[in-house]
Formats: sequence, structure tokens, C-alpha cells
Amino acid sequence: MLEKLADLVNGDEALVRRGRHLTGAFLVEARPRAWLVHVLRGRIEKVEEGPFVMPSWRFALRAEEADWQRFWRPRPAPGDHDLLALVRRGLMKFEGDLQPLMANLLYLKAVLEAPRALAAAAGGAR
Amino acid sequence: MSAAPGLPALEPIVGRYLSLDFEGRRYRVYFEEAGEGIPLICLHTAGSDGRQYRGVLTDPEVTRRFRVIAFDMPRHGKSSPPQGFEAEEYRLTRDFYTAFVLAFADALSLDRPVVMGCSIGGRLVLNLAAQHADRFRALIGLQSSAHVAPYYDTEWLHHADVHGGEVCAGIVSGLVGPDAPAADRWETLWHYMQGGPGVFKGDLHFYKVDGDLRQRIAAIDTGRCPLFLLTGEYDYSCSPAETEEVAAMVPGALCIIMPGLGHFPMSENPDCFLAHLRPVLDRIAKA
Repeated sequence: MLEKLADLVNGDEALVRRGRHLTGAFLVEARPRAWLVHVLRGRIEKVEEGPFVMPSWRFALRAEEADWQRFWRPRPAPGDHDLLALVRRGLMKFEGDLQPLMANLLYLKAVLEAPRALAAAAGGAR
Repeated sequence: MSAAPGLPALEPIVGRYLSLDFEGRRYRVYFEEAGEGIPLICLHTAGSDGRQYRGVLTDPEVTRRFRVIAFDMPRHGKSSPPQGFEAEEYRLTRDFYTAFVLAFADALSLDRPVVMGCSIGGRLVLNLAAQHADRFRALIGLQSSAHVAPYYDTEWLHHADVHGGEVCAGIVSGLVGPDAPAADRWETLWHYMQGGPGVFKGDLHFYKVDGDLRQRIAAIDTGRCPLFLLTGEYDYSCSPAETEEVAAMVPGALCIIMPGLGHFPMSENPDCFLAHLRPVLDRIAKA
């Protein structure tokens, strides 16, 4: 679901501006899949899909693929709808250096919710 | 607010300051009010302020029978912190919060007011019901739970390496329900962006540590004071299940789950919230 992330984010001028102080890579793990998302001043520079031999990242967001799939529905169910909701339910873990994650939390939430637009366009299951 | 589009409109809300001696310190408390009739004190959520109740304060159906009063807790909104705040770590406690609400009601000579509180305010309402039921005509808890265990590191809310306003809004953004109009969603987040350093974190001390009411709520007697519990479906901080747990322990409490709404019903989607609130206020007014 993250293959089109650059298109979804980089065309959103306000979102890129919100993330303008973030540069670096973060890992999105949707077990068993994983992606490295490379950000350059709020723009998605590159998304690489795993498996990785020696991935280098600043922070990671880890959950099962099924949890992410429910999160990416156009209108997720209560409790599936937010990164911190998944954290509270014990389904997601934040790892690594959390400073850039917390400093850019609004931006990163919007980036990771962006694939919902694809699901909506495809008439994804509600 | 009903006003012709494009024309200026004075809202019926009036704001004032109350200077109040409380537990040996002087507080300057800002409050807004509108309406006449049964006093209805509104308590905002952690890290926010009384502007959350703008939709209730400007609803003629409410204000024709209720004197709606929303005050900013010390350090929130336009209520300044007390002298010496710079030398202490702010941590809201159950006892302070409870006594402050009583002191505020006394200072305004409010006769058996209704109190409606959200989140930490919804928690406080349960303590008022357990300990001070006879002082109130009715109590309304929004997003009320008896306890929430910590689920993230609140140190990030007051940290030199993270902008406090941005992170507080980021933490709560997912607590706004999916049906919130964009303007109200972002106004709700703006209030969080404006919070003073460490204030949201300090409020959460009450929410997650000092305000565990699980042993107290069994003492609530709704025969002495009716209790209404309204919770938004999309709230994962105080979930519908957690409110329903409270309701199951308090015979006579009326529990309403509000579809599509989140943790800030009065602020994130005032019209939708008012549709749930008006019948509750109607029952209270006719009792």
C-alpha cells in the first residue's frame, strides 16, 4: 500500500510544508512485509520494500499487515483508525529514536493515513 | 450561531474574570457564560480550555433554560497560573480539581448547578457524584471512565526537543471522530496547540495516575443526583466500553453512545453533539 506514497504526499503542498523539518528514513513494518520510507524536508523521496538485509532507520512503526489493512480502510472502525489507537490496543509499537516521530506527529499521521485515499478510490471495503 | 452570511455578528457569550483565593493562593479565573436559568457549569478536557463549549454556549435551545458557564482551569485558556508557577511542576490532582470546581460554584453563588465535564472533566463528574451529590441538580459526564492506564510516554508532551503545541495536537488528533467538520476538527486541535508548556501533561496526572475512581464509583447514588454518561464511538482514550463499565456499576446512570463522534463531542462536532445533549437537558429541566 505504500508504493504510491510519494504521489499521495508530495502533491499535498500543506502536508509537505508541515513536514519540512523532517529528513531521514523510517521503517513501516506490516508483518511480514516492510517498507523503508525516505523523507527529505517533508517530501517522500523514495519508498523501498523489504526484505532488508541491513536497514537503517531513525524510528519504526511495527504492526501486523492485517492491522495496517484495517487502518487503511476509507473509514476505519473505531480503534483501527489512528496510530495511537493501535498503540493503546497493543497492536502497534513505536521503536527507535522517537524524537523525530513525536516532533512530526501530525505530519506522520497524515502521511501514513494517505493510502486511505487509494482504498477509497478503489471502492475499498468499509 | 444564526447570522446572515457575511455580516458581523455579536455572539451572546460574555467573558469575565473571577479573582479567587483558593488553598492559600490567588487565582484569576476566566469564564464565559450565556443564557438564563439553571446553572450549567462546563468543564473542558485536559490541555484545552472553555472554548470547547462554544456550540453549547451559543445554542438558543439550551440557553433559554440554562445559564451555561464554561471556565478555564488555572493555567488553561485565559486563566493565568498562580504566582510561583515557574518554580513548580504542574500536576493536577483529584482533590484540587474537585475542590476548585466547588469553590468556583460557591464564588458565583450557584444554587445546585448541573456540571457537565469532558474527559478529565468527565472523570471529575464521577467524583462529584460519589462525594458531593447533594450539591448538584444533575451531573453529565462526557467521555467518562473510572480509570485509564498510561499507554504512551507523556514526557514527550513537555520536552525541549519537541514543540509542545504541535505534539499535543498530534497526540489527540485521532481522538476526533471521522464525521467532524474540518473547521471544528482544526479548532479543537488549535486549542491544544495553544496550551502552556507542561499543562496537558500535568492534567494527565489526574487522568492516568491520581484520578483512579474504580473504588469510588460504587458509592454513586443516582437517586440523590441523576447521572448521564455520553461517550463518542471513536474515542479510544475513554472508549464506549469503558463508559459502559461505569454505567454497569452505577444503577440508574443513563448511558448514551454517540455514533461517529470522538473524544471532544462538544467541540469537534457541536451540532451532532447538541442533538444528543438537548434531550438530556430537557429531562433535567423538567425534573
